[in-house]
Amino acid sequence: MASTRTPAGAGGRPPAAPSDATQPGAEASAIAGLDSLEIGLPSSGTEPGRIARKAWSATWPKLLAIALVLGAWQLFYLSNFHGDTTSGLIKGPGAGLANLWDQLQHAQLWQAIGTTVQTAVIGFLLATAIGSAIGAIVSRIPPLRAATGSIISGLQTMPSIAWFPFAIILFGTSVRAILFVMVLGAAPSVANGLITGVDYTPPLLLRAGRTMGLRGVALYRHLILPASLPAYLAGLKQGWAFAWRSLMAGELLVIIIGHLSLGILLNNAQDQQDLTGAISIMIVILVIGIVVDAIFTKADRAVRTRRGLLTDGQPA
Amino acid sequence: MNVLQRGAPADRQAKALLNGQRRDMADWGGTAIRLTDISKVYGRGQGAVHAVDRLSLTVGSGEFVCIVGASGCGKSTLLSMVAGLDAPTAGSIDTHGRRVAIMFQEPALFPWLTAGRNVDLALRALRVPKEQRDRRVAELLETVHLAEFAGKRPHELSGGMRQRVALARALAQDADVLLMDEPFGALDAMTRDLLHDELERICAERRLSVLFVTHNVREAVRLGDRVVLLSSRPGRVIEEYDVPRTGPRRIDSASVAGAASMITDRLREEMRRHG
Repeated sequence: MASTRTPAGAGGRPPAAPSDATQPGAEASAIAGLDSLEIGLPSSGTEPGRIARKAWSATWPKLLAIALVLGAWQLFYLSNFHGDTTSGLIKGPGAGLANLWDQLQHAQLWQAIGTTVQTAVIGFLLATAIGSAIGAIVSRIPPLRAATGSIISGLQTMPSIAWFPFAIILFGTSVRAILFVMVLGAAPSVANGLITGVDYTPPLLLRAGRTMGLRGVALYRHLILPASLPAYLAGLKQGWAFAWRSLMAGELLVIIIGHLSLGILLNNAQDQQDLTGAISIMIVILVIGIVVDAIFTKADRAVRTRRGLLTDGQPA
Repeated sequence: MNVLQRGAPADRQAKALLNGQRRDMADWGGTAIRLTDISKVYGRGQGAVHAVDRLSLTVGSGEFVCIVGASGCGKSTLLSMVAGLDAPTAGSIDTHGRRVAIMFQEPALFPWLTAGRNVDLALRALRVPKEQRDRRVAELLETVHLAEFAGKRPHELSGGMRQRVALARALAQDADVLLMDEPFGALDAMTRDLLHDELERICAERRLSVLFVTHNVREAVRLGDRVVLLSSRPGRVIEEYDVPRTGPRRIDSASVAGAASMITDRLREEMRRHG
């Protein structure tokens, strides 16, 4: 009888009676049930070989993607589409990258990047603040939730560019018009993310929280908000994508005198029939978008890993 | 003295275990929970479901009561009502102003907090000052033998360890009544056995009154001072068995097995009657 309760792996040590749990060695046998096999050994991520392999596995898809793009560009150049290669309108990837390198030496491009990124940050923060406030209020008041749910979803399906005439009439050709459209594009996603997170707070955790005596503000602060964080982050990421698109559309449509932005540079390139210059600006826009997206992906992964929602080696 | 040592046949041992002196509530130093004629009906009219029907039950102070029944006997509903998460349709529940903590089959730990912070949150909810909380968290984790796992997140712990953290969190609520809804149902037999020992020790140390729901009759006989048999749909008390505490009990001992099979027979009979 006694042998059947000797914990696995305890090596035949006599079973610890509940009373002698203080005796040395009792600790280990007291917590080691069969299920202790569930706890995996921590993976050793410090050996140099492992780090190099990890770095390589993260890098090669990106290198391959760049190679594919440059290859397609080269093919397009060689195809002499419409005779544009012979006329000198289209240049190969080598000349294109040289143009980009050249532009990066000049303050003008950096000034434009500064202006655009600044507008992007302000617009996104505004959208986040407004979207979060709306999401918080709507998720707390059920009748409001029923009434506004379809408005929020409807707003999301509305292409933000359609708001520009309205915004320009209201605010004139100003940065405020662009910010207005960015907020309209991004805030619904942020609000929706928060509402979804609140809606999908696991009922069991809510029951546990209530029996612990969490009520009102404390229930939100310690349970509902942390539980909604992954959905909220997804909302922020989508909101950023909408804000960034709205910003680019805005900079092309709302030409503000003396306001040097990436949109203006793109417009100038179009006016001068400078295809290579336009491609350079587009690469800059693409890179900014990819970098910000990578930041959101990293934050999302960090949150999911902390909660055990992501196993090692699983793609994001 | 342990019935086992007399070498009596299993049947007699079982009877010896179950037919002890019927104890009075006075022996328990008063009543911790009193349920009087409680009913719970979900829905209305034709489609109404009677989950619990005129159920009366008393748990003495420091008593360990196990509720056993087939699925659908309203066991979980019953605990929810005692915990105040759900209101009965009729009848009254008196917990005599005692604090009640509940443990579920799933640990229900907050995945974004470490084991220590999960316990800490229960103390925060009670507005325990910060200076005292760190010490209390360490003590509570020590109680469940998880002192060195305070910094681990729930997903880094095994199923049994997670239930230990959940137990520490329940104890942090400073409750003197512990409600347990099949807390070890998802664990392997070996881990469950270890946790039985722990639970028994902790309940004795802290003089906790426990209402423990399970569908495992052996587990009920192993742990309970009293085993209450519930019928299914609607849940009603069919029978109560006193299990006198004559000495340390093992889930695989002949007396526990014998008593369990007697109760199981009774349960089977009841299920046959109701289809």
